[in-house]
Order: sequence, then structure tokens, then C-alpha cells
Amino acid sequence: MAIKKFMYLNRKASYGTAYAIESLEVVLIAAAFDQDVSLAFIDDGVYQIVEGQNTDGIGMKNFSKTFHALGDYDINKLYVSAESLEERGLTADDLMPLVYEDEDDDWEEKPSVKIVSNAELTKIMSEQDVCLSF
Amino acid sequence: MKFSIQINEGPYQHQASDSAYQFAKAAIAAGHEIFRVFFYHDGVNNATRFTMPPQDDRNVVNQWAELDIKNADGEPELVVCIAAALRRGMLDESEAKKNGIEGNNIHPAFRISGLGQLIEAGIQSDRLVVFGD
Repeated sequence: MAIKKFMYLNRKASYGTAYAIESLEVVLIAAAFDQDVSLAFIDDGVYQIVEGQNTDGIGMKNFSKTFHALGDYDINKLYVSAESLEERGLTADDLMPLVYEDEDDDWEEKPSVKIVSNAELTKIMSEQDVCLSF
Repeated sequence: MKFSIQINEGPYQHQASDSAYQFAKAAIAAGHEIFRVFFYHDGVNNATRFTMPPQDDRNVVNQWAELDIKNADGEPELVVCIAAALRRGMLDESEAKKNGIEGNNIHPAFRISGLGQLIEAGIQSDRLVVFGD
């Protein structure tokens, strides 16, 4: 069966609701299905990959480190909305330095995160077979 | 067309399950196939057999059960995510037994399974339609 393009849309911050962690659980399972997987972070979803998260004060599991593992599962297309970052006073420097090793380029370490405009993201979304929204 | 549906919200609090039900019913009436309905996040609460709405209101759980969505082997294709269900206190007979808990609350028209079933639904179906916030 042909490989489909799956995009996971992350629209909520990490801990206020369960959407973020349960989305990540789907993404990790999806990795086993050998599909073309990408993630998009829009609206408050951009907070999910902000560097330096600390959940000590709220008694919840800090799952932000799990995003570092995505590269090992060949999930290396993480699109972040430039507008959503800007609206929240965030820049690329505030995000976790997520990377993957490119097997087609002598396993060179490359960034997984790509900041794109909403117009570009719309185009990428229109090219997907399946968009799962969280 | 072959559709699958993902429902991310619980019953009554949110319209997602109602809208998805109306969509599924209309799709079946129009001759389409519903391959699978997958309940995730608080959507797992749509599968409790203990729902008791007042008499003049719809029964969201029974509505789904009456759609009777099954595969060729006769298994229900109303599928509840196991991880999301267990952490929200939703158990079928086998999970209750496994965890040493008395009683279970999953309606027999539904079955518990893993997230792979959601991905598979996305692969197998012409469209995967998500209902939620």
C-alpha cells in the first residue's frame, strides 16, 4: 500500500489539557507504521517545544524531552507557525534545538524544526493525505 | 467512499460526539462506508454503558451502539483508545480482570484497542474526519 502523508496539528499548550501529551503518544505509535509523518505547531501549540520547561511546581510529568527522541524515529519535519510565535513574543531561540541525523548525508545532524509562515503551512497542509488535529 | 472518524471529546459537555454521530448516520444513509470510529482523549467517555440521561434527552452512547458499526468478522468498529481509557477509569471486562478491579463500564458495542488502530484507519480510509475542540 502506498505511503500516506500524515500531519499532526498541535494547537494547545503542554499541560493545561491532555491534548499535547496524547498527541505525542499518537505520533510515537505512528512512527511504527512507516508513513510520511510531519508535525505542525500552531496557536498555543508552539509552547509545546519551548526550551526549559519545568513541571516541578504542578506535579505533572515533563514530557518535553520526548520531542528529542522524534529524530530517532525518522520524524524530522516539525513546522512551526511564524505568526503564532510572534503573537506570543517568542523567537526561534526560545525553542528546543531538535535535530535528526540525515542518513542520506553521512548521518549529519540537522535541525528538525522549520519556522514557516501560515501561508506556507497552509500549502503544506493541503498536500497531506491525513491531518490529525489536537 | 470509505470514512473513518476520530472523536476527541466526551458526551454532553461537547457537541463533537453528536456531530460525529449525525455525520456517520448521514454518510451511511448516503451509501458510504464507516470503516472505524476511534474514540480518543475525553472521547473515550462516549463508551460508558452507565450513561443515564433524562428521558427527554438523547442517549449519546446508545445512539452509537445502535449504528452497529462492525467489520466483516463481526467485531465492533467503535474503538476506544486503551491508554486514554484506562487513565480515565474506563475498563472493559478483560482490563478490569487484568488490573484486579471489580466491575467494568465499556458498552459491548464498543471495543478497547491501541492507537495503532487510529493510524490504520487513516491509512485504510479515503477520509479520516476529526471531531473535537
